[in-house]
Amino acid sequence: MSAERLSREVAALYDNNPANIIAMLQEMQNRNKNRYLPRPELEALAACLAVPVAKVYRIATFFKAFNLEPKGEHMVSLCVGTACHVRGAAKILTALEGELGIADGGTTSDLKFSIETVNCVGACALGPVAVINEEYFGELEAEMLPEILNRFR
Amino acid sequence: MKKIENAAQLEAYRSQCAAERDPDRAMIAVCTGTGCQAHGCDKVVDLMRAELKSAGLADKVEVKTTGCHGYCEKGPLAVVRPEGILYQRVKEKNVADIVSQTIAKGEVLDKLLFFDPTTKERIKLEKDVPFYKLQERLVFGDNGYIDPTSIEDYLAIGGYKALQKALTEMTPDQVLAEVSEAGLRGRGGGGFATGRKWESAKKVAGEIKYVICNADEGDPGAYMDRSLLEGNPHAIVEGMMIGAFTIGATDGYVYVRNEYPQAVRNLQCAINRARELGLLGDNILGSGFNFDIHISKGGGAFVCGESSALIASIEGEVGEPRAKHIHMAESGLWGKPTVLNNVETWANVPLIINRGAAWYRGIGTAGSTGTKIFSLVGKVKNTGLVEVPMGISLRKIIFDIGGGITKNRAFKAVQTGGPSGGCIPEAHLDMPVDFDALTELGSMMGSGGMIVMDDQTCMVDVAKYFVAFLKGESCGKCTTCREGLQRMHEILVKITEGKGTMADLALLEEMAPVIQQGSMCGLGKTAPNPVLSTLRYFRDEYLAHINDKQCPAGVCKALMAS
Repeated sequence: MSAERLSREVAALYDNNPANIIAMLQEMQNRNKNRYLPRPELEALAACLAVPVAKVYRIATFFKAFNLEPKGEHMVSLCVGTACHVRGAAKILTALEGELGIADGGTTSDLKFSIETVNCVGACALGPVAVINEEYFGELEAEMLPEILNRFR
Repeated sequence: MKKIENAAQLEAYRSQCAAERDPDRAMIAVCTGTGCQAHGCDKVVDLMRAELKSAGLADKVEVKTTGCHGYCEKGPLAVVRPEGILYQRVKEKNVADIVSQTIAKGEVLDKLLFFDPTTKERIKLEKDVPFYKLQERLVFGDNGYIDPTSIEDYLAIGGYKALQKALTEMTPDQVLAEVSEAGLRGRGGGGFATGRKWESAKKVAGEIKYVICNADEGDPGAYMDRSLLEGNPHAIVEGMMIGAFTIGATDGYVYVRNEYPQAVRNLQCAINRARELGLLGDNILGSGFNFDIHISKGGGAFVCGESSALIASIEGEVGEPRAKHIHMAESGLWGKPTVLNNVETWANVPLIINRGAAWYRGIGTAGSTGTKIFSLVGKVKNTGLVEVPMGISLRKIIFDIGGGITKNRAFKAVQTGGPSGGCIPEAHLDMPVDFDALTELGSMMGSGGMIVMDDQTCMVDVAKYFVAFLKGESCGKCTTCREGLQRMHEILVKITEGKGTMADLALLEEMAPVIQQGSMCGLGKTAPNPVLSTLRYFRDEYLAHINDKQCPAGVCKALMAS
């Protein structure tokens, strides 16, 4: 689907009202195979709503939920919130980065995996915890990572 | 189902729902909160239903999938009712026994019961387990009894009775008086008097007003709002409706984190069902009151928990706060009078209307009435969500309910109030927990995160962690917050690398009030708290890093070799 058609369709879902830009961008990102917002789509949405591209871009860069780079098929969100931090999330991150060969925020070259650190996923009792495609993996230890990741390989 | 048009019809439907749900009927309530899901409760539920079916008991025993029960540490949790037997850590392999022994023969499976490490005894009933026994679960307790996707379940336990009472027996003034008299204070962190907030918005003339539910639970270490949204969404909807009726609002918004997909689904389901029954919409219960609720999903910015930033985000702008002198009650969402309260605050409202201000005041302390839900996490044995009356001591929460420190190590501090809260040492554990006492200790209530730290936690590292968090989340509007936190972080990194000097400590203390006073919103105003409170109570750890080049807790890598 062209960027123009996609943005027209998504904008219409939200009454073509610029007050709903955040929801529109969320929808566009969800529909994207690599869960990101390509530049042509941001430009097309701005044109469609008759707002400056800068306004759309500002929102897309302010909120953490939006990606401007393609993400891997499986997003590994590692919680580094306080409860997970005191239970050793930093060690898990190091192990995870080693296991996938990418740094926090990075994506594997085959677009299979991305790593992101998040502030709290609201599952503090399970810390350290990671979420992969809405599935929760709690009480993580570095040794558990290969087996967990293999399920998605 | 035809729409409910008046109080009598609602009453009749509620009675019908209650009659269809015999409290003495056998039921297995399985917690399907996030914690239990990570422990595999979904498979347990499927298997349980299959086992009951093959045993020919499917018609007699219901498997109810509920929201979070709170005792996340021991999940998956299953409560066999009506007896109230608590089975913990229920695995798929246990399901056949539960059905063939407990359900079919009434025999209790000892191995799945809670084991009390102090008395060395197994405890059969949920209500007798120490974790639950000391709690007062007024707001959170219903989670264990209802399927959050069923409005009928909510009605059967007396749901929407408070709304009915407010709309048909009370005037907005009377509702306001009740909430004010109850002394309800905002559960999201500020602790502002809810009645005062409502009164200001009510006084302002205007056809269009809004109520907002702040469900942008961004404090790391706090997840009570999530569990309420997921487990009992109708209580929040009902609370918002009562607030809207009081101030004269026609629309409500729930601003919820995009990171909580299940909460969004359950809340949307609750709103849809309430609309179908006519409990949301025009002329609710024939009273002439019109109200509807919309969901606005956040984009993952911590600062959006701040009310004016949240409103900017609903309006489709970036979440930057504005000056506090413009009052929300006069000019809030789209410039209209607005009342914004947190999830837990809204969920308290139906209770107050149903049971009265005098009853509510009887719980908690004079200045902080009612209960508060805390998420007890970190290095504590019984992690989970606990609801306790205000005024209970930190020691009771951590040691009696929480069971003490993991691996029986030494307690060092408890961090309350989210990233911009403070760390409280052992010496103050007997202080009563309420809004004012925590502020006095240099911390705050915040949204109710309680992160327990043991002797293996480095307090300088903790301060660095929080400042790094806040630095990343600062929206950048105020220079003192944007630049000040950056500098504070640099200094803390220096200290944890063993390169700090005494002049750095002085600089931290000099910068703190500048950041507090020069920043516009709550984020900046409270951001130096983690540094100040650790300097106040754990100065010796800073000194060890600076003078002795040592990290007593053994956390700071750069100081490990020496």
